[in-house]
Amino acid sequence: MAKVKSLADLKRMKDALQSKMDLREKSNDPEGLVQIKVAMATCGIASGAKEVMEFLIEETAKRGIRTVVTQTGCMGYCYAEPTIEVHLPGKEPIVFGDVNIKKADEIIEKYIKNGELVDGIIPVNYKTLD
Amino acid sequence: MEKYKMHILICGGTGCRASASEAIQNNLQEAIKAKGLDDEVQVVMTGCFGFCEKGPIVKILPDNTFYVEVKPEDAEELIEEHIVKGRKVMRLLYVDPENKEVISDSKHMGFYKKQIRIALRNCGFINPENLDEYIARDGYAALGKCLAEMTPQTVIDEIKESGLRGRGGGGFPTGLKWEFAAKNIADQKYVVCNADEGDPGAFMDRSILEGDPHSVLEAMAICAYTMGADKGLIYIRAEYPLAITRLKVAIKQAREYGLLGNDILGSGFNFDVEMRYGAGAFVCGEETALIHSMEGLRGEPTVKPPFPAESGYNGKPTNVNNVETFANIPVIINKGASWFNKIGSEKSKGTKVFALAGKINNVGLIEVPMGTTLREVIYEIGGGIKDGKKFKAVQTGGPSGGCLTEKHLDTPIDFDNLLAVGSMMGSGGMIVMDEDDCMVSMAKFYLEFTVEESCGKCTPCRVGNKRLHEILDKITLGNGTKEDLDLLRNLSNVIKDTSLCGLGQTSPNPVLSTLDNFYDEYLAHIVDHRCPAGQCKALMQYVIDPELCVGCTLCARNCPVDCISGERKEAHLIDTSKCIKCGACMEKCKFNAISIQ
Repeated sequence: MAKVKSLADLKRMKDALQSKMDLREKSNDPEGLVQIKVAMATCGIASGAKEVMEFLIEETAKRGIRTVVTQTGCMGYCYAEPTIEVHLPGKEPIVFGDVNIKKADEIIEKYIKNGELVDGIIPVNYKTLD
Repeated sequence: MEKYKMHILICGGTGCRASASEAIQNNLQEAIKAKGLDDEVQVVMTGCFGFCEKGPIVKILPDNTFYVEVKPEDAEELIEEHIVKGRKVMRLLYVDPENKEVISDSKHMGFYKKQIRIALRNCGFINPENLDEYIARDGYAALGKCLAEMTPQTVIDEIKESGLRGRGGGGFPTGLKWEFAAKNIADQKYVVCNADEGDPGAFMDRSILEGDPHSVLEAMAICAYTMGADKGLIYIRAEYPLAITRLKVAIKQAREYGLLGNDILGSGFNFDVEMRYGAGAFVCGEETALIHSMEGLRGEPTVKPPFPAESGYNGKPTNVNNVETFANIPVIINKGASWFNKIGSEKSKGTKVFALAGKINNVGLIEVPMGTTLREVIYEIGGGIKDGKKFKAVQTGGPSGGCLTEKHLDTPIDFDNLLAVGSMMGSGGMIVMDEDDCMVSMAKFYLEFTVEESCGKCTPCRVGNKRLHEILDKITLGNGTKEDLDLLRNLSNVIKDTSLCGLGQTSPNPVLSTLDNFYDEYLAHIVDHRCPAGQCKALMQYVIDPELCVGCTLCARNCPVDCISGERKEAHLIDTSKCIKCGACMEKCKFNAISIQ
């Protein structure tokens, strides 16, 4: 391992290493962040939930939005897979159906960034227990 | 290239490792491999989460799910259900003992709600054997800041302003201690970390060293910078093998990165750390005894002054601080003294780590702001007394402290308040006792410890504590007199006044505080020959109720000393002069005919 030769060196190192710990830091304070749950049951995965999840993780990071993306089980909307639930801080969670990459992009740009609702909302008919 | 979407944290503290957390880690890793998820899920062994009661702990991120009492054979199910299918494994979640609610996020648990973690900030969060994770959390940034932007005096001023006081028990202002050591001019100076944690029931220093060893190394380097030392020594007891291993790994990594050694961060400052092992003598937690032990001499204290800051290790100026004190330093430098001194009470700033033990629901390690009340600690964080019993007392400060009772429950805990009510902070051990604990026996237990641990240098401590122990023993055997109580008090005061070091000066505290708070219980032993808690064997008698006894002979057949007589189908009788009070008869009796009187 290369030696850390100066304070600037150490800071550079920290910045590089921080991303590896980011997931842990964020889960320490999920309330203040955008939380996205991707339904990843068989039906979801078959209709592309995995790709959508990866897209969400990468793009929110790239666009500088502090987000926790988690996977969850079947939400029950098999007709509208992949489905995702977006929980903005201080707001009720909203479920979007038929989320492909294009839709995911729209959700990030419109809903997550500006709070503008987009098509594809599924009325929530369940309650999540903590 | 791996892109981890999930992290699984497993507690790697001594307690959880003893319950097979290493096997859990292996099984989890195998199960992840079998599913082909090794690039997506990272398994990390961390330091102590503190919730030892329900260990081993496994925490899954990012959804912050907190699994308790996990067994190695649960690993596959956790991966299959939680990781692959995204369903929580309900049977392994924590259930609130009061309202029976299942809690999956540790932040909603009563145990964690009131805690503020400064000294334990990285415990249960980072892999202690991975320096990168420490650096990612601002590790060594405080040292870098000191070396690049601050003079030794401004660092000392910052620590003074923070109000940090020694966490080893004495509560001496840390900044002041550093200043003394800095003012003495010498060709060689030393920084010593006191990791000789000896209070029964205290394990915060061990947990910090196991969970976040670099925080201590970094703080030692900062201290060395302020006083002009280039050598650090960690005095640790050899009975802490895991802490020693993790420290060795940390020292090696810090040297490889150039964070220990010569010209640290290009500043021209040199500092390196070595380990010294102790044999586990309680008295070696006293700084002069500790220094003698490191020099290869007998671990005996000497008169202060000269203080170690003037003449310590090898006669050179030495600064000794406790592990927990050091662990606070990097945070104070990074966040500033004014951030730190807003936490806590008026004269005790910051937080304190306590080790909860005894008859309490949530045994474990907690960190709370100074000034938190005993009630909050015992009932809200500790979850109350085990099995719904009644709270009787809590011993703070280990064998040097005193017991506090019901009436002290609303006392805010800090250095001065505890002293005012006849106990002390000590290193932060808290042993909770319920109605079944006999306070005379408790005082005797601690005296037994101090008799064993007295180094023997001062007569009052060497002989006096032994006499105290004998008198207490006599009382628990039912042979005490009222004069003994006066003698106990007088002798205790003499020992306190005439001993050289903290051990003798505080060892009679458990006797004095139980005399103050539980005088009636002493009287019951002496006058009524009765132990109200039913713990002193000599004062108990097993009796068979002739009304209830059916003469099944089961008790007589199980008595190891054949002291139960009686014919079949007739009431039996216990010969109390021969009875050894083993309780075997009572355990065997199917008719509840045997009781203790």
